[in-house]
Amino acid sequence: MIQVKNLTKKFGDFVAVDDITFSVNHGEIFAFLGPNGAGKTTTIKMLTTLLEPSAGKVVVNGNDPVQSPDKVRRSFEIVFQDQSLDDELTAWENMEFHGVLYDVPKLIRKERIEQLLTFVDLWDRKDGLVKEFSGGIKRRLEIARGLLHHPKIIFLDEPTLGLDPQTRNHMWTYLRELNKTEGTTIFFTTHYMEEAERIAGRVAIIDHGKIVAMGAPDELKKQTETSSLEEAYLALTGKTVREETSSATDDMRNRHRIWSK
Amino acid sequence: MKKIYILWLRQIKRWLRSRSRIIGSLAQPLLFLWALGYGFSSVFEKAGQGNYLNFLAPGIIGMGIIFTAIFSGIEVIWDRQFGFLKETLVAPMSRLHIMIGRTLGGATIATAQGIMVMFLAMLFGFRMEHWLSVFPAIGVMFLIALLFTSLGTMIASLLKDMQGFQLIMNFLIMPLFFLSGALFPLEGLPTTLSIIARLDPLSYGIDALREIFLGMGHYGLTVDLIALGSITAIFLWLGSYFFKKIQI
Repeated sequence: MIQVKNLTKKFGDFVAVDDITFSVNHGEIFAFLGPNGAGKTTTIKMLTTLLEPSAGKVVVNGNDPVQSPDKVRRSFEIVFQDQSLDDELTAWENMEFHGVLYDVPKLIRKERIEQLLTFVDLWDRKDGLVKEFSGGIKRRLEIARGLLHHPKIIFLDEPTLGLDPQTRNHMWTYLRELNKTEGTTIFFTTHYMEEAERIAGRVAIIDHGKIVAMGAPDELKKQTETSSLEEAYLALTGKTVREETSSATDDMRNRHRIWSK
Repeated sequence: MKKIYILWLRQIKRWLRSRSRIIGSLAQPLLFLWALGYGFSSVFEKAGQGNYLNFLAPGIIGMGIIFTAIFSGIEVIWDRQFGFLKETLVAPMSRLHIMIGRTLGGATIATAQGIMVMFLAMLFGFRMEHWLSVFPAIGVMFLIALLFTSLGTMIASLLKDMQGFQLIMNFLIMPLFFLSGALFPLEGLPTTLSIIARLDPLSYGIDALREIFLGMGHYGLTVDLIALGSITAIFLWLGSYFFKKIQI
């Protein structure tokens, strides 16, 4: 379903993703793990046509994201790590907008929006403006939006970050169901190792832009002689906390946060 | 088509919900109309040029449009910052259609803003020769709006954040407005100024509005429309070209 070969992304001198190769099978649940700044999001951006690779080859559902971005876009759905809702629109309008952009037919759209908003417990707030929502509620809305059309692949970039355990459970149940009934391929990143261990069929661990280990959670545990994925992860990536450089966008977000208070 | 419509609708909804922005962007044209319109009227009349307020009004309508239009285009930067741009960029639709939807939305808002300025000017005493000229005038306003929204989108595609905003304000929008003949007649200008005015797309827009409202123009309506139409086409093309290049 996804084939990545020698994929590299450089930003100036900085190598964010360094010559990685992996593939994800049809109907597989695949977790992409790694410390902050390891290159997870950059990889997802390249898989989802938002960034052009510096080198290497990507095939998503049989198409190259650089050569035929539209075909690739038709095959996946993505829940981003950071917010991507329109603050000035209501919850329902955000869903509707998404449904129209993804060609979900009107009747199914209406039905599914109601079903999903109820699912994340937001149906009674459907007419509330997103800017009035708390972070957790926004997150729930984004998850619901990500499930609106049923694509071949779902990318989830730290989907459970800031999500309460109830919704988290709900979400995984729903996704597994989708995986089972429709054969949807699921590609996700997370910092919760027990989540990856429980959900994913296979995981890849990426550090400093390179894949350091890949395989089923059990294999990784055996390989590192540890008893949980978390320990295996720490054994592979070390215990130092990573520094993150902030981008211009982050700076601006911070400034906006300060000014809007 | 449906996707373009929903992108357009989003812009309109956002605009209608920000009352403060609507009123805020009317304040400046209002000040210009009032201070300049009344302030210079006697000098203008003594110089044998007729009613200054009538002359000024199309210029101020153009001002209302160009400010709103460029800002609507630049909103792409906000969308990029607050993440919404990603949502549209991963959707299965061509970048050209995204750009068209956004630009039509921005241009509609700018036109509406121009129409409001027009009515305000009428309250101040602006009189057009025939009320029917409102309709072709709105057409021209929309062309101006389209042109500058595309320009705004183009700028936004090239900028990473709002740091350069002041620069755009002082080195692009202000000169475009002041050198367009919005405030003064284009007849008998010093050569340099006259050449610059000729290069400023807003000149043709305002000239066309004067021609339609008052039957007095400098370049003539045909020249105005040809210039305006072709620059709009070029800018639309450039805008979508740069928009396609956006990476996040």
